[in-house]
Amino acid sequence: MARKEYSFYPGCSSERLTSASNYMVSVEAMCKKLDVQLNEIPDWNCCGASIGYAEGGELPRHVMNARNLAISEQVNKGQDVVATCAACWLGAKETKDRLAEDKGLLAETNEALREAGMNLQYKGEQEVRHMVEVLIEDLGYDELKKPVVKSLEGIKFAGYVGCQTNRPFGIAGESFENPKYLDKLVEMVGGEPVEKYDQKVTCCGGALAFSEPEKSQAQIKKIIESAYDHGADMIVTPCPVCQMNVEVYQGQINKRYGTKFNIPVAYYSQLMAVAYGASAKEAGLNGQIIRAPRLEEIAAKAAR
Amino acid sequence: MGDINTAMTEQYRNNFLKEVEANVEEGQWVKMCMQCGVCSGSCPLGPAWEHPPQEIFMMIRAGRRDEVLKSESMWMCTSCYNCIVRCPRELPITHIMHGLANYAHRLGLAPKMNPTRRFAKMFWNNLTKSGRVNEIELSVGLYFMDGFKTGIARAWAMKDIGIGMLKTGRLNPFGFVTHKGCKDKKGIHKMLKKAREIEDRRKGFAA
Ligand code: SF4
Ligand code: SF4
Ligand code: SF4
Ligand code: SF4
Repeated sequence: MARKEYSFYPGCSSERLTSASNYMVSVEAMCKKLDVQLNEIPDWNCCGASIGYAEGGELPRHVMNARNLAISEQVNKGQDVVATCAACWLGAKETKDRLAEDKGLLAETNEALREAGMNLQYKGEQEVRHMVEVLIEDLGYDELKKPVVKSLEGIKFAGYVGCQTNRPFGIAGESFENPKYLDKLVEMVGGEPVEKYDQKVTCCGGALAFSEPEKSQAQIKKIIESAYDHGADMIVTPCPVCQMNVEVYQGQINKRYGTKFNIPVAYYSQLMAVAYGASAKEAGLNGQIIRAPRLEEIAAKAAR
Repeated sequence: MGDINTAMTEQYRNNFLKEVEANVEEGQWVKMCMQCGVCSGSCPLGPAWEHPPQEIFMMIRAGRRDEVLKSESMWMCTSCYNCIVRCPRELPITHIMHGLANYAHRLGLAPKMNPTRRFAKMFWNNLTKSGRVNEIELSVGLYFMDGFKTGIARAWAMKDIGIGMLKTGRLNPFGFVTHKGCKDKKGIHKMLKKAREIEDRRKGFAA
């Protein structure tokens, strides 16, 4: 049996051939080395994301999340629910909180849930947690360091935490203005964190990157510029939406502003997978649109 | 749609605050705002908000119904939660903004061409169709929402990103036909229909 088991909510962006499939690949490699088992919630559905509010309204959104949680309660008994996507985590956790404090809404939710298959009823038995939370709180930095066989020495990382992994819930013991955990994870794998990265918790525009591209790209530009200003070689993030927004629009921003951005944006789990001895492929590095040559080099080297 | 709007106006004659409290998500919090202005300095797309959150709360109390509900402002919310963690009165500002936008949309008062309104609608329809987001269908839908010609131009402008996503295995070019989504699509559709019915009944939207 694995050392830890969780009820896993992967979310749409982690499916095969989707925008964060490389995140998923690296999470699998990381968890394997850590002996953590992720039991996928069968037939999970999308959480509705924040932007779902306009058409979805209130109850339908909670019902979507409650369905996942109810299936989890039924199938993955006694396990905490873990999400890798900040938006999925937030959506599910908000539903849990709202249903806990509003009995009327809970009753309505269960009334709607009965219409779905599997005889579902949401009870609110399980915690809803982010992957980073689980790593830090259940395993701890010391345990996370043990499987490290390679150092990411000489690479400077700007730790871009973004919004939804950070607010409104965040990671226990961290501040909203300057959360440190991403920097600590970077140090743990031998990399150098940018100490004073002033755009660490700046919003990239989220879903508005699609609908208001100019306004969002102005945000993204600030986030990247500050990383360059502080001498970063790469940006690292815990959120699939942040990763995508900060990576894929660099070409368009260059056109719009005459900048020369070309900075790789990786997930914390990719850093850890490489440090744990995974190959570039196992760490999902072939999924970077802007390649991360220095990580690839380290991944190709034999472990010390 | 227009009829619901008239009905609501009649029902809450001159008391927009009451209407918001009854029909808008977390609307009961609006009266707690002490107008300190902290939230208004928190929005990432700040300059794009004609009426920042603090002002919206003031306008609700002043009964400026049309101005609030027809505003583009709430549609500038990026769900960044800056405001929520800063508000001294702990108002769930993000959700109130979402709630107001949703309410305006349901009443047919929200600005028709607002891109976020249109994208959000497309997003919800996309994800509820199969229970999971179909990214290729969503992006193509987004480019082509203003017709074929503009669509081609937009897709062309985005082609480098699309090619990058394809090459790295982060987009499924066959997703139109191969995207499977959830097994219990029928159940999910029934569940969502029920949820909407209940909510409409509670908020007086039911016909
Ligand atoms: S937040 Fe995004 S990734 Fe998560 S389930 Fe919803 S659409 Fe999918
Ligand atoms: S930084 Fe951007 S993508 Fe990341 S959580 Fe915030 S809005 Fe979403
Ligand atoms: S921060 Fe809170 S109290 Fe201050 S204006 Fe905004 S909503 Fe009102
Ligand atoms: S969540 Fe919305 S309202 Fe709050 S600060 Fe961010 S953009 Fe402004």
